[in-house]
Amino acid sequence: MESLLQPLWLSVKLAGITTLLLLVLATPIAWWLAQTRSGLKPLVQSLVALPIVLPPTVMGFYLLIVLGPAGALGSWWVELTGSALTFSFTGLVIASCIYSLPFAVQPLAVAFESLGKQKLEAAWTLGASKADAFFSVALPLSVRGYLGAMVLSFAHTLGEFGVILMVGGNIPGETRVVSIAIYDQVESLNYAAAHRLSALLLVVAFVALFTMFLVNRRWRR
Amino acid sequence: MRPHRLLPLLLLLSSAHAEPVTIAVASNFITPMAELVAAFEEATGQAVRVSSASTGVLYAAIRNGAGYAALLAADSERPRLLEADGIAVPGSRFTYAVGTLQLWSADPALAGKDCRGALDDLGNRRLAIANPVTAPYGAAAQAFLQQAGLWDQVQDRLVFGQNIAQTLQFVATRNASLGLVATSQSGSEQLPDATCQWAVPTSMHPPIEQQAVLLQPVDEHAAAAAFLEFIAGPEGRAIIRAQGYEVAD
Repeated sequence: MESLLQPLWLSVKLAGITTLLLLVLATPIAWWLAQTRSGLKPLVQSLVALPIVLPPTVMGFYLLIVLGPAGALGSWWVELTGSALTFSFTGLVIASCIYSLPFAVQPLAVAFESLGKQKLEAAWTLGASKADAFFSVALPLSVRGYLGAMVLSFAHTLGEFGVILMVGGNIPGETRVVSIAIYDQVESLNYAAAHRLSALLLVVAFVALFTMFLVNRRWRR
Repeated sequence: MRPHRLLPLLLLLSSAHAEPVTIAVASNFITPMAELVAAFEEATGQAVRVSSASTGVLYAAIRNGAGYAALLAADSERPRLLEADGIAVPGSRFTYAVGTLQLWSADPALAGKDCRGALDDLGNRRLAIANPVTAPYGAAAQAFLQQAGLWDQVQDRLVFGQNIAQTLQFVATRNASLGLVATSQSGSEQLPDATCQWAVPTSMHPPIEQQAVLLQPVDEHAAAAAFLEFIAGPEGRAIIRAQGYEVAD
């Protein structure tokens, strides 16, 4: 059972770190999307939404090249740290942040858009700085958006398979996440272990989504 | 009815006996399979439809009723299991190709160097092998590394491809400096030039036998059996050998 728990723990760790990073990364992007009247908005929206549309194999293939020791980002990382990004947990975190970005940005952008200008303008006229107005007015009013972004990023990263398959290298304890472990078990005809892992993942994913919808409902009342 | 009106009907009738037969093939054999199918179709007029996936996925599909007429697997275990379970036609199982391993690199740092020597001292280089648990080439790579007394020391340098093609991809994109790949794939013109390579002696690992079986629950037996006979025959064997596999004489 220990060999089954390690991939599950790795997946949860990956999804957790990715979610936290995404909340920080997605906030300014979503804020800009909600506020801007710039002509660049559709361009940024499209770029952010790309991972929803692209097959994971396409992203995995590009990431393998870009993150690899011969790639643009990868070679810079090798110079900086001495080790490559592909086949490493850090590499998976970067890949997952790109892969799950739209699932963090979109709920936040919707939440920020629904705030309306008035509350923010009121805060500004009362002398709050833009940052102050954001943290003391916009942020507390967008809690539901943040909850949605967190649950979706977490669940989506937990279910990630194709990208990790292509850039992870299936290293136990480093990049062998639960979806890869399940695939291995199925491939080696070990259906009982595959069932156990799959059922576990199913429960975790369901509980995450159920919690979000439940909390959402409470708030709306 | 004027005669020319009958022509399409006649064509339809004459093609009815050559309804395509569907054969499942392991992904690592897609390229030779395309050549085998082309030669077979030309020789017999019998159309062949090819369905490919990993052997494990095909095995699960067949167990669950997928109607393939025959399976060309990447290993001998799955065909043996299908035979034991009474899904494959008894006695139809045979080895159609034997894979060989190649130590292969596209890393400029290894240009002109001794590939086998580089294996003794990997430093911070990565060595890619196929997953020993799921891929026969991976099991062979592990056996070779154990035989060579290198298995323990390369542990933390290993990365695992899901199959032998992905293992090659890791090396071809230089994400891994070295890889134990399939000889049949490392010769592809699509790849960057090898900076060093070394053929792993077949005596250093159990043979990588790829076996085929005829499958029971379909009415396409005759055509599928003819295809298996074709790949076991002189013309089929020559095509398979030219693709970098060993075949029985």
